[in-house]
Amino acid sequence: MMRAGLRRGDGRRLVPRWLDPHGRHLGTWAFVANRLTGLGLVVYLYLHLVILSTLLRGPEAWDGLVELFRRPVFLAFDVLLIVGLAFHGFNGLRVALVGSGLLVDRRKGLLVAAGILVGLVTLVAAVRIVG
Amino acid sequence: MSSPRTVLLKVFRYGPDDAAPRYDQFRVPAGPRTTVLDALLAIRRRQDPSLTVRHSCLHGSCGTCGMRVNGREVLACVTRLDGLGDPVVVEPLAGAAVAGDLVVDMEHVYRRLEPVGRPLVRASERAGKNDTKADPGPLLEDLERFEDCIECGLCLSACPVAGDPRFLGPAALAAAERVLEEPRGTDGRAVLGLVDDAHGAWRCHLAFECSAVCPAGVDPGGAIMRLRRRVLADRLPRLVGRYHQEVPS
Repeated sequence: MMRAGLRRGDGRRLVPRWLDPHGRHLGTWAFVANRLTGLGLVVYLYLHLVILSTLLRGPEAWDGLVELFRRPVFLAFDVLLIVGLAFHGFNGLRVALVGSGLLVDRRKGLLVAAGILVGLVTLVAAVRIVG
Repeated sequence: MSSPRTVLLKVFRYGPDDAAPRYDQFRVPAGPRTTVLDALLAIRRRQDPSLTVRHSCLHGSCGTCGMRVNGREVLACVTRLDGLGDPVVVEPLAGAAVAGDLVVDMEHVYRRLEPVGRPLVRASERAGKNDTKADPGPLLEDLERFEDCIECGLCLSACPVAGDPRFLGPAALAAAERVLEEPRGTDGRAVLGLVDDAHGAWRCHLAFECSAVCPAGVDPGGAIMRLRRRVLADRLPRLVGRYHQEVPS
């Protein structure tokens, strides 16, 4: 016997089952976004530590790296990082509340509120980073 | 007279003798009331008698014709083709062993339900107002009746984390919550211990897909959250009590 899932014509699975968004609702999208931002933040943490290790090679190496990170493409990555952080944080609060059995019937409203807060934080951060 | 509208169905095909699954295409006539199951049975009758489909009641109460249509879990017998687009992709439930084409082995549903005990309440068990022998307990109408669950397995297929066979899954957790709501002689402490586990109520990731696809309106996601609240209410006083014992003020 085989197991079914989102597959191509030849039967091979396209994505892991938890990442299969086909025909799903807002709750699954929030779950997938939370997991992806979580994984992204873990990757960023290690990347950040690797970048900080440049300090071991002296001030010149560090200043060169800072100069590189002032380029628009890296500033865009900074904004993306803020989006990930804000979403993971605010949605995490929502998950903690609803997951403890509180405000279960208002979970969609809480998600909308988290989305609005993410938007506001991103806007302020983008103005400060790019401006 | 104009010819009837037709819809293209892309149907998942796999049998024990097949090396790999494939999708076969069938064009079927579709009226405004034609269901997915009607179309599949028409394919069996007129185009391919080897297509494996399971069904029984034809009105959404037996739960045997659960499958995924355009990626969404439905009961094929009550899902109309009208409005589904063209083509329509028909696949078996996810996360289950495919026995043949659109039929999956339901063992994974029953295996999960067994440990919590399925709370089936028969009409004869209802305590009437004049019944002085039995404690009537709360009115059934006031309770969310988990016996509405038809064990179709749609919730398990839709749940993004139910691929883990150790996870009890939405149906079993909702059944556990129902048992705790109205124990009827069941050992509530044992059920609470079963669900208070990393692979029990705490494994849920709050996607609530189970509640969205449930054809019987059971709301397993809501039941899991009530279960968590119950576990926390049971656990916190014991934790606080232990703290006071270990750290005397």
